[in-house]
Amino acid sequence: MSTPVKAPKPGPQAATAGPQAAKAQPARPKAPRPAPPLGAPAAAPVLTGAQAVVRALEELEVEAVFGIPGGAILPAYDPLLDSQKVRHVLVRHEQGAGHAAQGYALATGRVGVCMATSGPGATNLVTPLADAHMDSVPIVAITGQVASTAIGTDAFQEADICGITMPITKHSYLVTEVEDIPRVLAEAFYVASSGRPGPVLVDIPKDILNAKGAFVWPPKMDLPGYRPTTQPHGKQIREAAALLAEARRPVLYVGGGVVKSGAHAELRALAELTGAPVITTLMARGAFPDTHPQHLGMPGMHGTVPAVHALQKSDLIVALGARFDDRVTGKLDSFAPEAKIVHVDIDPAEIGKNREVDVPIVGDCKAAIAAMTDAYADPGRERLKTWWETLDDLRARYPLGYTDIDDGLLTPQWVIQRLGELAPDGTIWTAGVGQHQMWASQFITYEQPGTFLNSGGLGTMGFAVPAAMGAKLGQMDRTVWAVDGDGCFQMTNQELATCAIEGIPIKVAVINNGNLGMVRQWQTLFYDKRYSQTNLSTHHSEASPRVPDFVKLAEALGCVGLRAETPEEVDAVIAQANAIDDRPVVVDFTVGPDAMVWPMVPAGVSNDEILYARDVRPNFDDEGEI
Amino acid sequence: MTTHTLSVLVENKPGVLARVAALFSRRGFNIDSLAVGETEHPGVSRITIVVDVEAGSLEQVTKQLNKLIHVLKIVELEAGSSVQRELLLVKVRADAATRGQVIAAAELFKARSVDVTPDTVTFEVTGNRDKIEAFLEVLEPFGIKELVQSGTVALGRGAKSMASLSRYVSPNSQQ
Repeated sequence: MSTPVKAPKPGPQAATAGPQAAKAQPARPKAPRPAPPLGAPAAAPVLTGAQAVVRALEELEVEAVFGIPGGAILPAYDPLLDSQKVRHVLVRHEQGAGHAAQGYALATGRVGVCMATSGPGATNLVTPLADAHMDSVPIVAITGQVASTAIGTDAFQEADICGITMPITKHSYLVTEVEDIPRVLAEAFYVASSGRPGPVLVDIPKDILNAKGAFVWPPKMDLPGYRPTTQPHGKQIREAAALLAEARRPVLYVGGGVVKSGAHAELRALAELTGAPVITTLMARGAFPDTHPQHLGMPGMHGTVPAVHALQKSDLIVALGARFDDRVTGKLDSFAPEAKIVHVDIDPAEIGKNREVDVPIVGDCKAAIAAMTDAYADPGRERLKTWWETLDDLRARYPLGYTDIDDGLLTPQWVIQRLGELAPDGTIWTAGVGQHQMWASQFITYEQPGTFLNSGGLGTMGFAVPAAMGAKLGQMDRTVWAVDGDGCFQMTNQELATCAIEGIPIKVAVINNGNLGMVRQWQTLFYDKRYSQTNLSTHHSEASPRVPDFVKLAEALGCVGLRAETPEEVDAVIAQANAIDDRPVVVDFTVGPDAMVWPMVPAGVSNDEILYARDVRPNFDDEGEI
Repeated sequence: MTTHTLSVLVENKPGVLARVAALFSRRGFNIDSLAVGETEHPGVSRITIVVDVEAGSLEQVTKQLNKLIHVLKIVELEAGSSVQRELLLVKVRADAATRGQVIAAAELFKARSVDVTPDTVTFEVTGNRDKIEAFLEVLEPFGIKELVQSGTVALGRGAKSMASLSRYVSPNSQQ
């Protein structure tokens, strides 16, 4: 089918592809481009599918693709060699390519791109696709597929990757005509980055990559069923603003959507105008400055006592780009029983999914928060006085903290705190999943959005190193620290070889407690200290040497390897790591295995059951009073 | 739990049925019946889905379906304001002794006989679920050898159509 270019009609389905489509900004109807004169297709060059892929990526202003070649995708790698605009980063495992694309997307707000061959190459992308789906990260995965004629025959390296990834992608394409490539890629970037962002997979059979066809750019997108709502409903906004003005115990519950829509300035204006306390979820750390007096910290299973309590006792929760995840609400039935709910989300399916809503607002956070601020008539702060007294009292009595354990090893929370304190301004942090992730959220101060990148929804161990690689590539002038655990680090550290070879000098702090720390913590608390399969033997002991020795491993991967084992060494080693910017650095911090993440709401119970520390239940003086 | 009939207009693209069906299973919703076919426009198909869910879940189903890029429009068709039909083919034991009774019963339900052997008659009948069930109850004593039922298809009553399909049809898919 040849596609004559017609003048685009207004409306999102007629939006033309262009550089804008690559930005993870909320979809707004874009100004139609001037129509090319009729008959323009005559000038359309004839390209192979492979050339069309590379050319489309160039047109979409993609600066980096993370991937590994293989049989079915091989044709695309040939024109890629000649591209002056698209840099390919040869990773060591496709999972690394996917997480790197996520890190790039999260650090830059643009679409991250990864590429893999058919079969095992594609299935290795499953984890990052699922991760990006859960955390709404705009990435496009391009996979080779066996030739069209071989599909369905169990051919060598054949896997139905569209079918496999259907539940974990926002959308996917199996390309069947070479002429479709520019349109499909333009649509993929648009779908990935607009509305609620997410991963899009484009699967291209090898014969389509080799076939020739007209390359028409900009292509006309054909997405009649895709119309994300970005502008909030005025009446709902006014209702929300009125509730905010009446509430005596309001809370702004801020999720990752605020970061995705770039609404941090609007959030700050609304918070300061209303005087309401602000809570930032794991996905929203940095969306509101940690040092701001209205910030109560993170909610949820390992949230601060004031943040958890504020939600629980609130009379109005204004959820902004957050989704009432079970790690935030605890036992849903007993979550915030007295609160009315205003829920702003660009995805209508999130509204009312877990918690019934009083005022639903479908739209982009940036627009909705700005509109709410405009509609808000300030009744004065007097009504919030008691609320703030309660919360300030909790803040004073139950700050985030930790106690040193006298085991001759470093205290992990302190190490992470020092990392934060000694890091250059503008440092971007990534984390794996587990205790170190929670401590990185708790003990590093985040002042800017997009400075803490981690795997929230899926909880993917091994996210930190490849995500840091992608983030660094997107922000070469900023320091990128990956805070990782010894368990996570062993899942994806092969990408340090990529970083070393490609000149991507990330820094990795391995918070090495020799164990799968979070699992061990649960075994300590809930399994009678029966430590089943949690010891990773990465500590030195009489019985066994360090396996692996992370310093030697780092050196073998072309990085600088450092180690800190005593408190006296910590600052000097961090300073040494911060000073290196020509190579990746790995620091092995040998920390104690018995430190635990507090506060904690045990799984499946009410948030009222929060423990400040082991066997320490906060004393809520005000219970029953407000 | 109550039964709801959803009429879903989708782009006629490969894999669209798989996407819709997979969404139901992974979100834990049960499909009672499913019917897919072309519409007055070849680029658009209509999937009629009968689900058994609570009202809150129905809203969630609808919202999740709407997120599928190929889904164009979803309408819930209420029994009172729509025509809902199933097709039944049923093979009944009917020898010389019982054939008369079987055919008389079928006539009451406006069923057509479409195949006859010395020992059986096969009927074709359309109707809503209640009628089909009632018909099967009547045939039961004679001995049902085999049957096949289609999913429900449904259209809203009145002059209006659910959507003007032309608005969904781009120059690309017209070719």
